[in-house]
Amino acid sequence: MLGSGYLTTILFLPAVGAVLVAFVLSNRDRVIKWTAALFTFVPLALSLILFALFDRSPEAAGLIQFQERALWIAPINAYYHLGVDGLSLPLMVLTAFLGFLAVLISWKIHLRVREYFAWLLLLETSILGVFLSLDLLLFFIMWEIEVIPMYFLINIWGAGRKEYSAIKYVVYTLFGSAFMLAGILSLYFSTGSLNMVEIGQRGLGLVQSIMPAAPIFWLLLIGFAVKLPVFPFHTWLPDAHTDAPTAVSVMLAGVLIKMGGYGMIRLCVTMFPPVAQQYAVILVILAIIGVLYGAAVTMRQTDFKRLIAYSSISHMGYVLLGIFALGKVSLVGAALQMFSHGLVTGLLFAMVGLVMHNAHERDLRKLGGLARQVPIITVVFSIAGLASLGLPSTSGFAAEFLVFVGSFSSSLVPGIQVYTILGVFGVVVTAGYILWMLQRVFYGPPLEQYDGTADADVLERVYMFAFVAVIMLVGIYPAIITDIIKLGISPIAGMLGG
Amino acid sequence: MNLALFIPEIALLATAAIVILLDLFIEQKRWLAQVSISGLVISGGVAIAMWGGSYPAIFNNMLAVDNFALFFKMLFLGVAFLVILSSTDYVSKFSRFQGEYYALVLLATLGMMLMAATTNLIAIYIALELTSISLYALVGFLKDSKSTEASLKYLLLGAIASAVLLYGMALVFGFTGKTQLSEIAQVLQALPQTTLLASPGLLLGVVLLVAGFGFKIAAVPFQMWVPDVYEGAPTPITAYLSVASKAAGFAIILRVFFSAFGIPVWLSQNWGLIFASLAVISMTIGNITAIPQTNIKRMLGYSSIAQAGYLMVGLAAMGMASGISILGQSGVLFFLTSYAFTNLGAFIAVIAISNKLDSDLIADYSGMGKRAPLLALALTLCLVSLIGMPPAAGFMAKFYIFNAAVQHGLLWLVIIAVINSVISAYYYLRVVKVMWLGETASAEKVPSSGALRLALLLCCLGVLLLGIIPGYAMGLAQFAANIFVY
Repeated sequence: MLGSGYLTTILFLPAVGAVLVAFVLSNRDRVIKWTAALFTFVPLALSLILFALFDRSPEAAGLIQFQERALWIAPINAYYHLGVDGLSLPLMVLTAFLGFLAVLISWKIHLRVREYFAWLLLLETSILGVFLSLDLLLFFIMWEIEVIPMYFLINIWGAGRKEYSAIKYVVYTLFGSAFMLAGILSLYFSTGSLNMVEIGQRGLGLVQSIMPAAPIFWLLLIGFAVKLPVFPFHTWLPDAHTDAPTAVSVMLAGVLIKMGGYGMIRLCVTMFPPVAQQYAVILVILAIIGVLYGAAVTMRQTDFKRLIAYSSISHMGYVLLGIFALGKVSLVGAALQMFSHGLVTGLLFAMVGLVMHNAHERDLRKLGGLARQVPIITVVFSIAGLASLGLPSTSGFAAEFLVFVGSFSSSLVPGIQVYTILGVFGVVVTAGYILWMLQRVFYGPPLEQYDGTADADVLERVYMFAFVAVIMLVGIYPAIITDIIKLGISPIAGMLGG
Repeated sequence: MNLALFIPEIALLATAAIVILLDLFIEQKRWLAQVSISGLVISGGVAIAMWGGSYPAIFNNMLAVDNFALFFKMLFLGVAFLVILSSTDYVSKFSRFQGEYYALVLLATLGMMLMAATTNLIAIYIALELTSISLYALVGFLKDSKSTEASLKYLLLGAIASAVLLYGMALVFGFTGKTQLSEIAQVLQALPQTTLLASPGLLLGVVLLVAGFGFKIAAVPFQMWVPDVYEGAPTPITAYLSVASKAAGFAIILRVFFSAFGIPVWLSQNWGLIFASLAVISMTIGNITAIPQTNIKRMLGYSSIAQAGYLMVGLAAMGMASGISILGQSGVLFFLTSYAFTNLGAFIAVIAISNKLDSDLIADYSGMGKRAPLLALALTLCLVSLIGMPPAAGFMAKFYIFNAAVQHGLLWLVIIAVINSVISAYYYLRVVKVMWLGETASAEKVPSSGALRLALLLCCLGVLLLGIIPGYAMGLAQFAANIFVY
């Protein structure tokens, strides 16, 4: 197999950077920031190389590429096992991309710089680890490690009720992963293996001969549902997103919550196709509740950042709908929606952070008419907003279109057409709150107190451009991502028979 | 009988005697620590050299020299080594009796080593008392009112527990006529189930044994002494109590319940369930009562009750599959090892910080991240390990022990245990938050001696190694637990 060592390098470079920043390098802001940039840029470059080298031929469907495997803990048969397939490759690239941009977005951090970048880099490693691991124990460890950097990042560099939000985030996440751990142990018990690929391939028969599969499915699902988040478990999200520092909100909305959707496809659906089908209706209903309730609540927000945060709940509802509609196209759509939402909401959070930093105001009732003062921010924000409501030629359109078409035509879930139609109404509400927000913040008569508000500087233009370019690229030519996603999804869809 | 097999114990006893005698003649008291440490190293070296062999039992089959015993001997010697290392500063607080302090630590260690090796009810009692009496004295060593109160409380409750244990032993002996564990098992196996069930004396005896040992491991409802004793005792002794004394209790429970009551299956499943229920109560009560604590030593005391609960999950797993599988037993051994590093590390950091602050209040740890970044980082690592989060040892320990429980049909217990871990995160992270987010009361640095830093470094290394590459230690634990197959 080509390129062994690539994934390990991508995975651990940010962590190495974190150690250097924390313990080795001198405590000068410039040194630390440049080191952080370097140790996130190289993984990004490498992951783009892997993206280019990835075998896209139809024969590669379901194949794990760039695999690395070594015995790690002999007594429990755990392996250090990394690899990517069509499902995880886009998410790895996205994580590396946002990880690098997060460093650029954080360039204006001046408080406890050394610790900040150490935690941020560690965060990137753990998220990458979740997407790259193919061993359940390694997967779970990476899943858990992420909590600690997040706790510190929200707690120290956050704003508002940051302490409350940080501990709420930790308790919710640990609560979810507690069930997940029980699920993983049950899976290990019933298959004797921690190898995610092997368990997926050997199928359910083996599990069911030892213990009923449904409880394991649900134990795992709770962990992912908290992270995604699915409707009754969502209340941590607005707090954490709103109170986190900008770059961390970008990572949180961009890739962290995608761990939930990824886990659902990789573990719940792949390993338990019949069980997933049996309970799909419940989850689809929760998805629709999430879409509509999330959108309705978003409409009511008066805090700039909180509004974007709530919109994530609605958008993650589409992901859940796409996954548990269980159709091939809808699953591809869900995976693309995760990728697209990562970019779009990442950009939105970056822009919100910029407006808040430059205008010193986050209350939508007090903002207004910024289009004159900050034209560049306005244009980019509008593009991000339109992408968020799914305008054609942006990635949001391609993703939502696939989710809806795929769900509507899925034959595995009874009544899915009705739910899909209900879900489409979410798009209407989304258009409402996005446009209303744009109007309230940027349009209308310019206000005096915002005269002299700085527009984006060079560095900020660079990362804005990067975001917009990728959003448009995926919007105009979605096949660049979907061709890869299909390779990962088709074996799963094959097992589902949809 | 081959006295060579008894060298680790003899070396320790001799060292204790030498330390007391030296204390009379030398002025430089720091030599006492060094002599104690060399005694521990010699004893440990011999124990390591003996590892892996198979030796006959000694003293008329009273003491087994198997790998299980050797595993615990190495563990206790290691813990005593770290405790003495971290005591060197602390002990300078005492104007007198420094020699006795070290000697008592060594004697307590000796008692624990015997506890891990005994296979006879009478010898168990003697070893237990040797440990306990040394510890009673050590707890009261500060001689202030809190320390004295702690010592008295420990003595009184300990004496009651001993009495209960002795009563349990008497009942078991009265029923079987044997004191040797393996002979008790033979008698029990020869009897039909109906006879056993019809004899409440035997069952009461078993329950009283659980109660007596439960005191040692600080399981609810035998935990009343913990917070006061932990708070009042000299901090190195608190660390020692929370780690070694608990480990010794588990060593003896493992051996007694396997060797004497491991079969028939219905019996082992019944005491397995007793331990499962004790585990649930200990975890839940330990964690919930730890939340409102404001003193870090008391908080760690309650947390150690909860940790005993997690450990008992392993005992329950052992009861469910006694003699068939060693997963539960090796899980307990591995958990004890990582718990030893973790809890010692936490207490050593506490020692270093309170040396400077002269306070154990969590609120006074405010801003410690600025005043002593490395100490605070080490304490954070240990607390994260206590929560059971990767990449620290605590996670692997929990994964391993919960795995054993799931394998033996105790998924419900595991779910309760993992939810408990979430609750525990709340109070452990509160300390972390205070250290890294709180305002600094003064900008003064917190100094720490070389010995203390070495001890802390060793603990942190242990926590990380056991958390990231635990394979070797798990292998050792499994090898030691191999005595638990028929």
